[in-house]
Amino acid sequence: MADTDHLGRTIVVVTGTGIITSLGQGQRENWHALTNGVSGIHRITRFPIGGLRTTIAGTVDFIPVAEPSAPAYAQRLAELVVEEALAESAIGRPGDFPGPLFMALPPVELEWPQRRALAAAAAVNDGLSYTDLIRAADRGHFEPWFERFLFGSVGEGLASRFGTKGSPIATSTACASGGTAIQLGVEAIRRGECDAALVVGTDASINPESLIRFSLLSALSTRNDPPSSAARPFSKDRDGFVMAEGAGALVLESLAHARARGAVVLGVVEGCGEAADGFHRTRSSPDGKPIIACMKRALADAGLAPDAIGYVNAHGTGTPENDRMEWVGIAAVFGERSGSLPISSNKSMIGHTLTAAGTIEAIFTLYTMRYGLLPPTINYDIPDPALPLDCVPNTARPAKVAHAISNSFGFGGQNVCVVLGFEPR
Amino acid sequence: MTIMAPDRDPLITGIGLISCLGEGENAHLAALDAFVPVIDETSFAPYLVHPMTNLALDTQIPKRGDQRQMEPWQRFGVYAAGLALDSAKAKGDPALLERMDMIVAAGGGERDYAVDAAILAAMPKADDPDAYLNEHLLSDLRPTLFLAQLSNLLAGNISIVHGVIGSSRTFMGEEASGADALYIACARIEAGQSEICLVGGSFNAQRPDAFLHDAMGHALWRGPFVPVWSREAQGGGTILGSVGCFLVIESRAHARARGVTPKARIAGVMTDRCRRAPGQAAANAARQIAALGGTAAASAVISAASGGAGATAEERSFLDGLGLPVRAASTALGNSVEPSFPAAIALAAMSIGRGKLFPPLEPAETPLEGAPAGLFVTSWGFWRGEATALVVPAQESGRG
Repeated sequence: MADTDHLGRTIVVVTGTGIITSLGQGQRENWHALTNGVSGIHRITRFPIGGLRTTIAGTVDFIPVAEPSAPAYAQRLAELVVEEALAESAIGRPGDFPGPLFMALPPVELEWPQRRALAAAAAVNDGLSYTDLIRAADRGHFEPWFERFLFGSVGEGLASRFGTKGSPIATSTACASGGTAIQLGVEAIRRGECDAALVVGTDASINPESLIRFSLLSALSTRNDPPSSAARPFSKDRDGFVMAEGAGALVLESLAHARARGAVVLGVVEGCGEAADGFHRTRSSPDGKPIIACMKRALADAGLAPDAIGYVNAHGTGTPENDRMEWVGIAAVFGERSGSLPISSNKSMIGHTLTAAGTIEAIFTLYTMRYGLLPPTINYDIPDPALPLDCVPNTARPAKVAHAISNSFGFGGQNVCVVLGFEPR
Repeated sequence: MTIMAPDRDPLITGIGLISCLGEGENAHLAALDAFVPVIDETSFAPYLVHPMTNLALDTQIPKRGDQRQMEPWQRFGVYAAGLALDSAKAKGDPALLERMDMIVAAGGGERDYAVDAAILAAMPKADDPDAYLNEHLLSDLRPTLFLAQLSNLLAGNISIVHGVIGSSRTFMGEEASGADALYIACARIEAGQSEICLVGGSFNAQRPDAFLHDAMGHALWRGPFVPVWSREAQGGGTILGSVGCFLVIESRAHARARGVTPKARIAGVMTDRCRRAPGQAAANAARQIAALGGTAAASAVISAASGGAGATAEERSFLDGLGLPVRAASTALGNSVEPSFPAAIALAAMSIGRGKLFPPLEPAETPLEGAPAGLFVTSWGFWRGEATALVVPAQESGRG
């Protein structure tokens, strides 16, 4: 077995994973729920939902955080999944990970509780303005918020805690971020800069404003009852995605390094492809060119023909547009196999974990191959005749998969596909 | 330092820079040669800001519909990206643009200040403040504002307006994100993972939420304008500046095949972090300078120091120890956070390209006679992140 791939590059393997979704904490809980068709989507209780069009989400409510905010949740979830991944990989020493950190993180900004506190400190009776808030900020003691709401703060916290090497890199390519973070890790190992890289995607930014922003773009499902039925990728009556939270971590390692230390290889990152879309801010090119290019580039990077792929972990958000365009892309890349190739959407159960989706779903794709079980697409009640695909409807299905592709397509036209393998070739 | 094949050298073949000093290379060099600070003292008094020069937006963002879909930080970035593509003779070449990579260093977008203020004023008086918030965010926020706020939508707009669609990555994390972007672009080109990449970012300093955030950290300079190093003696502080900066970086082989004249070569980019215990940042910087060939490799330093109290004091003392002439780019451009390092690299490449560093911007800086053999560019983030690059002449025989 060679340590290099079809282009003579270092083979990159996965030796540890950690995961949190609305289905639970850890590999076992998540995989059990995911393959039993359990939905993690529920009524929002984190904040009052009065007046909202969408009142459901896949929030992670079972991880306590002392001073809640999106970056605080994101960091805590990331810490827990990294701990799980490091324990499985048994790499490095506590607080001393032997490689760089690549993260998929949501953008950060001050939130309404902080704004309200600043407004209260400003103590203006009428005609409050940002000038008053700035004055209150300058006079008051809000230094912890200054650090907490810097874009670099989550990365700094993780790098500091886990002792990763060098500058932690945080990517935001919208819903493709998780894929981008994996690709950065793969590229760094292929360049020979490091033997291992820590990749983490984390997103826990469900608050009134973030929900309303997506709502105003008409991107969210409004099928609030029952919550578990809202995310219905590929169904004819799909009406949008469901926002969700979660985190996933992967320890990436060169095959040679993993073998030398006797680590268990959980899967291979065989190739990555990316392509941007210049068509529109929220819509894909109608010809599907960027999606097609993205999948083809990932396959070429992996040195695989489309025929080698046994499973597609779809982006599958459940918006009318995404699922249609994803099918256009899959049909173009896989030709006459498209209708019989299993293509399922984890988002039917965990919702759309946004920034973290690419890492979480790559991890589920690895489990799919490792355990020989295809997770279903639930809520598939009314097939869409325009999408004649095998979405593994409603019930998990045993299957031996040697190579799979995980798709991530983002608002703003950023697309990443990752090809994963069961074992080194 | 490893010797790499010259064909894989990352060269700067395009520069797009806009700031308070003007637009483009000539305007910046001319303004720096006869430096007069460009400051707006009133809009955010008692704080100062370096305001963006007037832009003829139509020249780089021809569709009004596109302009409307963006907030100022995105317009600055798309505009600067267009200048960089022009400068690299890449504009309007779809075959090239569709395989051009892109890495953007971005913060967040602007808010609707009137909506925020109105909600904050009314919330405490509402019967049910939380319901009031939900109701008014739903009815008062402009639906497309979200797209003008999302960090990755600067890159998205560059893809839409200029057609750069080979790949698109956005990095976040204040000053360090700009250094990370440069580092990854150069590393990918050296390793053959990329041939040509548009790298940079933009920052709109003329926005209340930027001041609000920095006011919480007591980071802002107040009072009359004082250059970066002199500010230090008076307690330090940062003056924000609006900047858009993009660079086209490509492999020597690719530039040669396209027949474009490179402006400079990036001989190396080093990035790191530390917890900023006393001496840690200086130790990072010392390692970086040593790895880039030591002080003999460069004739001077262009620093992107923010002016912020702790970091800039330590950086200054470190740079003094190098014994090289130093320029603080932020004295002229202001602190532009994400694009501050790319912008300092741009000033270095311009200086290298014309064979002359611009004169001192304040008495603490010393002149440099003759053409610089190389320029170090440093970035010590206000809070975190230390980076150093070495920019040298591009000619094929000029390997340092």
